[in-house]
Amino acid sequence: MRIPPKYTQKAAVAVLAGATLVTLAVLLFIIGFVLDKGLPVVSFKFLFTNPEDMGRAGGIFPTLVGSVLLPLLAIAIAMPLGVGTAVYLTEYTRETRVTKVIRFGTDCLAGIPSIIFGLFGFIFFVAMLGFGWSLLSGGLTLAIMILPTIIRTSEEAIRAVPHSFREVSFSLGATRWETVIKVVLPNALPGIVTGVMLGVGRCISETAAVIFTAGLALRLPQSPFDSVRTMAVHYYVLVREGLSTENAYGTAAILIIAVLLVNMTAYWLMHRFIARRTK
Amino acid sequence: MKLNREKVVERLLLGVAFSAIASLALIAVFILKEGVPFMLKVGPGNFLLSSDWEPQDGKFGIYPMIIASLWITLGAMFIGAPLGVAGAIFLNEFVPRSVMRIVKPTIELLAGIPSVVFGGIGMVVLAPLIRSHFGGPGLSVLAGSIVLGVMVLPTVISISTDAISAVPNTYREGALALGATRWQAVHMVVLKAARSGIVASIILAMGRAVGETMAVIMVAGNAVKVPHSALDSVRTLTANIALEMGYATGMHRQALFATGIVLFVVIMILNSIATAAIRRRVGGKGNSKK
Repeated sequence: MRIPPKYTQKAAVAVLAGATLVTLAVLLFIIGFVLDKGLPVVSFKFLFTNPEDMGRAGGIFPTLVGSVLLPLLAIAIAMPLGVGTAVYLTEYTRETRVTKVIRFGTDCLAGIPSIIFGLFGFIFFVAMLGFGWSLLSGGLTLAIMILPTIIRTSEEAIRAVPHSFREVSFSLGATRWETVIKVVLPNALPGIVTGVMLGVGRCISETAAVIFTAGLALRLPQSPFDSVRTMAVHYYVLVREGLSTENAYGTAAILIIAVLLVNMTAYWLMHRFIARRTK
Repeated sequence: MKLNREKVVERLLLGVAFSAIASLALIAVFILKEGVPFMLKVGPGNFLLSSDWEPQDGKFGIYPMIIASLWITLGAMFIGAPLGVAGAIFLNEFVPRSVMRIVKPTIELLAGIPSVVFGGIGMVVLAPLIRSHFGGPGLSVLAGSIVLGVMVLPTVISISTDAISAVPNTYREGALALGATRWQAVHMVVLKAARSGIVASIILAMGRAVGETMAVIMVAGNAVKVPHSALDSVRTLTANIALEMGYATGMHRQALFATGIVLFVVIMILNSIATAAIRRRVGGKGNSKK
């Protein structure tokens, strides 16, 4: 017997709507749950005092600093490389075998799981180059990890700059490089910053690649060669070792708020960028 | 002088442009350098197909971890793929644009929730639920699958949505004009046209699930044994690396790098399939536009 299309339509819509609601409900539940349990713990004191007794008591200040410094370092390394790559791909060359190889490499790098970055960072930066578990090792590892994101978003942003802008610049006698830094990059900036923010978000939430390269030290780093612990790693340690449920939720709440804020900024910038382009 | 600077800049940029591929090569070289001699010494067969993982006795078999990764990944896809694709279809085809414009970014924002948080919630909320309702240790294949299934949802939805919205509107209009209902138009026409993009989203999600580490460590229990049911505690390939990396030395450490190679190869294969699928879609789109 054939079910009339009218009913399959209704059934399909009901099932699809149900699935969508489940998805949204689960994801929002996670955020709600963490904020509900964590926010009461969070206070000025929690944010800005040092942990005591391995994190069982006290605040999270050093991990907060770690979660700021590590992404900053990673961006400082990855942004020049990523934007430079994007500029080369868009402004200095046509599609050749070389660009294909570069794109292929970028795609592959983007697919590598973070634990492999952790392994690599550990054997190369920590052990072979002798940087130890440190801000520097962690920053370099994360820089490689977010490089593909920055290359891709920058490339898209640069390609979106209208060709006429460049032509005007050339016709005024500017060289290619002058055109890039005075015309192309300023116009592509919001798009580039979007990529950078997404990279920052990934760095803040990353654990596997950080724990083996930046280490676990629960104190303020004095130099780039000091080990740091990020909030994500701190949360992991607190939960895994069962040190403090309260402080774990507090850390998770700050972590989620930080990541959401960074990502929201990225989306807001992207939308403004798109809006300006279509005007 | 000016021209000279231009040349220097161009050279510099060409060098910079190789940073990604150089990093990739460096990663491959170092992982292989540590892992391959070990694999040759132990024998790939022994390494991949033996169930004995006792590093202190020189026994390095990762078969249980391979099976565990496989089960958890398939389980995650069983949960994440239908939910995610259904969500993508619903948001694209049955919901006003204005709603979609709010819901899609929300879901993409949720992709940013750190994996440790997913793991933590799985450990605190989900595992006890499984323990009390189904028995077993709670930290299990099932818990891992559910957590990873939820974690990959944003990936599946976001990429499937792109694939579905890339299907030209004329396809839908054609089907509707022939008297099809909205759902008939969707499953007979739109989904067929968007198929390779949807498949790509699922395969990319598989890659993410196979490679996920921290969340899995927190919810899968980490026992080294071949699971007999979904309620058994297991250790995945990624968990094996992360759990023992801290203290492993010598052969043991090399064994972990060799585990990394297995992971690397699996994920490269998955990603190549996904990339090929996406390319095909783009090719198809080009053809339909003429």
